[in-house]
Amino acid sequence: MSYIPKPKVTHPRAARNALGLTSRDYEGAVSTLCAGCGHDSVTAAIVQSVFELDVEPHKLGKMSGIGCSSKTPAYFVSQSHGFNSVHGRMPSVTTGAYAANPDLMYIGVSGDGDSLSIGVGQFVHAIRRNLNMCYIIENNGVYGLTKGQFSASADIGSKPKKGLPNQQEPIDPVSTAISLGASYVARSFSGDKEQLVPLIKGALKHPGFALVDVISPCVTFNDHEGSTKSYEHTRQFYHHVTGVDYIPPAKEIVAEYDKGSVMPVELHDGSRILLRKVDDRYDPTSRAAAFKYLREHFNAGEITTGLLYIDEQRKEMHELMGNVEVPFAELPLDSLRPASGELENILKRYR
Amino acid sequence: MKPTDTSNPDYFHKVVDCQWACPAHTDVPLYIRLIAQGKFGEAYLENRKSNVFPGILGRVCDRPCEPACRRGRVEEKPVAICRLKRVAADNRGDISEHLPKPPVAENGKKIALIGAGCASLAVANDLRPMGYSVTIFEALPTTGGLMRTNIPRFRLPPEVLDEEIDCILDTGVDLKLNHPIESMKALLDSKEFDAVFVGTGAPRGKNLEIPGRYDSERIHIGIEWLESVAFEHIETIGERVLIIGVGNTAMDCCRTSLRLGAKDVKVMARKPRGFFKASDWELEDAEEENVEILVNHSPKSFVIEDGKLTGMVFELMEYRVDDNGRIDRGTVVGETVIPCDDVILAIGQDNAFPWIERDIGIEFDEWDCPVVDEKTMMCDRDGVFFGGDAAFGPKNIIWAVAHGHEAAISIHRYLSGLDIENRPPRGVTLSSQKMGMHEWSYSNYYEGAERRIMPHVDLKERFKNLDIEVELGFTAEQVAKEVERCLNCDIQTVFTDKLCIECDACLDVCPVDCLTITQNGEEADLRTRLRAPAPNHEQALFVSGELPHTRRVMVKDEDLCVHCGLCAERCPTGAWDMQRSTIRLPYASDEGDPAATDTAA
Repeated sequence: MSYIPKPKVTHPRAARNALGLTSRDYEGAVSTLCAGCGHDSVTAAIVQSVFELDVEPHKLGKMSGIGCSSKTPAYFVSQSHGFNSVHGRMPSVTTGAYAANPDLMYIGVSGDGDSLSIGVGQFVHAIRRNLNMCYIIENNGVYGLTKGQFSASADIGSKPKKGLPNQQEPIDPVSTAISLGASYVARSFSGDKEQLVPLIKGALKHPGFALVDVISPCVTFNDHEGSTKSYEHTRQFYHHVTGVDYIPPAKEIVAEYDKGSVMPVELHDGSRILLRKVDDRYDPTSRAAAFKYLREHFNAGEITTGLLYIDEQRKEMHELMGNVEVPFAELPLDSLRPASGELENILKRYR
Repeated sequence: MKPTDTSNPDYFHKVVDCQWACPAHTDVPLYIRLIAQGKFGEAYLENRKSNVFPGILGRVCDRPCEPACRRGRVEEKPVAICRLKRVAADNRGDISEHLPKPPVAENGKKIALIGAGCASLAVANDLRPMGYSVTIFEALPTTGGLMRTNIPRFRLPPEVLDEEIDCILDTGVDLKLNHPIESMKALLDSKEFDAVFVGTGAPRGKNLEIPGRYDSERIHIGIEWLESVAFEHIETIGERVLIIGVGNTAMDCCRTSLRLGAKDVKVMARKPRGFFKASDWELEDAEEENVEILVNHSPKSFVIEDGKLTGMVFELMEYRVDDNGRIDRGTVVGETVIPCDDVILAIGQDNAFPWIERDIGIEFDEWDCPVVDEKTMMCDRDGVFFGGDAAFGPKNIIWAVAHGHEAAISIHRYLSGLDIENRPPRGVTLSSQKMGMHEWSYSNYYEGAERRIMPHVDLKERFKNLDIEVELGFTAEQVAKEVERCLNCDIQTVFTDKLCIECDACLDVCPVDCLTITQNGEEADLRTRLRAPAPNHEQALFVSGELPHTRRVMVKDEDLCVHCGLCAERCPTGAWDMQRSTIRLPYASDEGDPAATDTAA
């Protein structure tokens, strides 16, 4: 027979979360991406993350723009809210959604083209606003949907399937985000869910802009020899500096840890992220140090991964603007919108 | 763990749980697929190849395949494999040209088969077309053995029996009915036959030696009573009947009683439910007919008043079951009398060989059963073979057929002057099912429907006489659903480690999380590190060789794989492929003239 939907059958002993759901309940439509696409693994990691966080499907907003990456929200949590926006404009649409209803958990899925070319202006300003969202870039260095042209994240010297190697400087979303003051910046790899899932969970729980840049190989146009974003290259030059464990609020940290290499970071809701430093020299709380380290290892051809920068002190968008706690979406119209008489009074002050 | 050796024919065979569990190793998924395609004749012949009696077995097989069926682990009920077999038999059309033919030339060797039941018939089926002269000796006036005498006609119509038996006899078997063998010694001494096969079943019903046993003629032994009913020597029974024992024979006895005029039939079980010998479906069918099953009643004595059976005394039992599900011997907590007009004892049956002399080189064990080699089916005396219930005590029809095939191989090798211990090997061939992009040559759609329920003749109608077959067979609509419930376990997930780029696509798409890429380890350790719990140690773990990028391994827990093929569908490099495994089972006829090729002997 031909292409079939994923069978609606679950492992009889499948784990259930606090809501009584299995991870299968967080799935979406069957992927129409190429077989072996890294994005499908990111999708699976998102499914696992929201399953483990006991997210109620209707409390999730999934946002995207245009591109292979931006198709992926169709493939997870069918029963959540979603908006597939104009190319590169996902951050603005998310800003609007978050402004109106901060009660939802927002997850934006974008790509290197969507975020670093057409939408780069949107991307940087969402960071400046400290928009409370988990922003995932599925980064593969090419425009897969238009058959494999280099994107803005392609490394110098990376070879295409046909034609000349890339000559232009890449935009690194991680250092860009750190320089702009993003409060949670991570990089991971679609082929390493052990690292990726806790990073996404932390990003979802972090109050503020959380970037997870995921190297997600394009199996069709950028997985050949000479590509710096292939499965093989990423594995070979993978440099893991920090591991993380997400600890939900009620749970005790039981395991003994060496204070020099493990650093607990408390999140606003009482949950914690346990940072395990694989490289002791790495300090994920210092922007300057993170920058230096990232640059050095980039120059050595390495792909630095893990939770690379975190700042739990920065205020997120609603706090910065001093907005009321009640979501705008739930405010009655008359308090949300000044009556015409009130507007007249304001104008009078300027006459 | 070491990488799994999938070239061993047993590895993929075990994945096909139904075929592995079947003593005759019928290729179940293949015939179900043929039924789905409407190729009933081909499905019938595929069955016939291994189990010889598809029409009979499609009604009364003990179906060891169904408890093994993977579907029963994924959800509650297995595929109705047995009743689908009947669909193939009922709708097969004319297949006569594909049935065994009389041999073109006789090979001059003579074989005696004692008993005309399923074991002997299976031997005749295999050997007669090869040119052996086959004589069947049967004590009764008819063929079929226990299939005819002990299985009531409302479960197995005589036409079905006759048709499938006749096609074997029509190859030129010399059938001698009403011809009991009184002395094995005389038969062997006559030197008339080059080999002798004993397929006489386990014809002696167990007795119950308790007070009053011989004081009434209304106390019957189950299989003898069923035989008398089959031959119409008994046509009535009292209104109140007690059946002692709760095995499959007891089920046939109680249901037969209802058809001979009994109004109140009770099956008396010594132990509680869960410890009954009868198959669940036979219990269901009996209870549907309002047979009452009384548990924890241990027979103590018969009540005879004025030479007439009026009831039975039972001890009321209580049992303790330990944590492992084992039951103790029980304690007596009381006593009760249950009135009745007839009692039928259905507490088991034994082998009986009063006609085999004990001094002719055939060794008997402490239970008075012949010592038979489980592989070759030969006893201590060369040239004498056993099969069916006669070999290892009461089993069932499908085991008897399996014995028949093995004995046929042995007889053929024995009479060709070859070592019978040296058996022809099993084999496996694999063929890819990929037809193109998103195209697979098998139906991989997962049908979520529950097991179809067999339609029965109305309760009022069915008791009119013994000949009304209760099961009507599946309707076309039911067949269409039931065949799709099969998980195609013969379409194997075949993995090539050196092609894997570890993109995780297969892991992500697997609906039951049976795949894991991880560091290798010992099995006990690996089982704790898989993506879904893997507590079923009866099902293998597939472990690949080291993967090229990270030196990790691909591990697959075979337990709950639904063979949907999505791993292969989503694999960018073709490291996973769906390939049909065909298990090649040896039969006597495959060997042709083994002396010509067999150098090992």
